[in-house]
Amino acid sequence: MIPTYWYLLLGTALFTVGVIGVLTRRNVIIILMSIELILNAVNINLVAFSQHFQSIDGQVFALFVITDAAAEAAVGLGLIIALFRNKETVNADEIDLLKW
Amino acid sequence: MLEQIAFFVLSALALVSAVLVITRRSAVHSAMWLIVTLFSVGGIFLMLHAEFLFAVQVILYVGGIMVLFLFVVMLVNLDVAAKQAQFNRQWQVALVVTVVLMAELGYGIFHGHEGLPPAATTPLTGGNTQAVALALYRNFMLPVEIASIMLLVAMVGAVIMAKRKME
Repeated sequence: MIPTYWYLLLGTALFTVGVIGVLTRRNVIIILMSIELILNAVNINLVAFSQHFQSIDGQVFALFVITDAAAEAAVGLGLIIALFRNKETVNADEIDLLKW
Repeated sequence: MLEQIAFFVLSALALVSAVLVITRRSAVHSAMWLIVTLFSVGGIFLMLHAEFLFAVQVILYVGGIMVLFLFVVMLVNLDVAAKQAQFNRQWQVALVVTVVLMAELGYGIFHGHEGLPPAATTPLTGGNTQAVALALYRNFMLPVEIASIMLLVAMVGAVIMAKRKME
């Protein structure tokens, strides 16, 4: 039997790797992948608590998070295609059209 | 004992491949390592007796979202970006801040886990898929409908964004 807080520590570590990816990378596609990492870390926490309290609600919530991730990936990748068509770049720090 | 070994192997696999995702130069390599991470997280779901979520993780994440990512990587010309600097200017500050955040969270969880309510003793009855389905269509009927509308909006949004020209 594995203690619940081990899963929480794993979720924390995975979340941190995702946040580092979002904050340091320039490539927009890899920033989106890092967001997927963050959502997976959240799902580990939800399922761990679902097992801890023997309640199915955590797993249902994780299912909604996966739905959200799918919607976010579709819209985000559509945005990247539109962006590349207009700016010819995928670097986040070169997209400064609104900066004055 | 075997359970602990499985947990550590899956965790190490997930973390190492996650670090490789955010450090590779080529976006295709990143996507491949992300698939390894997603499979490992699916294994963690199996260890937590969430078999339905494992199936959803493999089919939807690995089979759906990652294929979408690979399509976009091939639609967008990344050869120029692969030759440029991969990390932005504030990466040292971001790294320090995030590691401090992880230390705080880890310290809080490691020293505060005794405050967690005790684990439930009555196990869930019936199959996992059945339990998820009953919860989804009884207690969470309205959220399911809202999620379906959100998916529709996301689908229309993605088509509009990727369209060549607005009429």
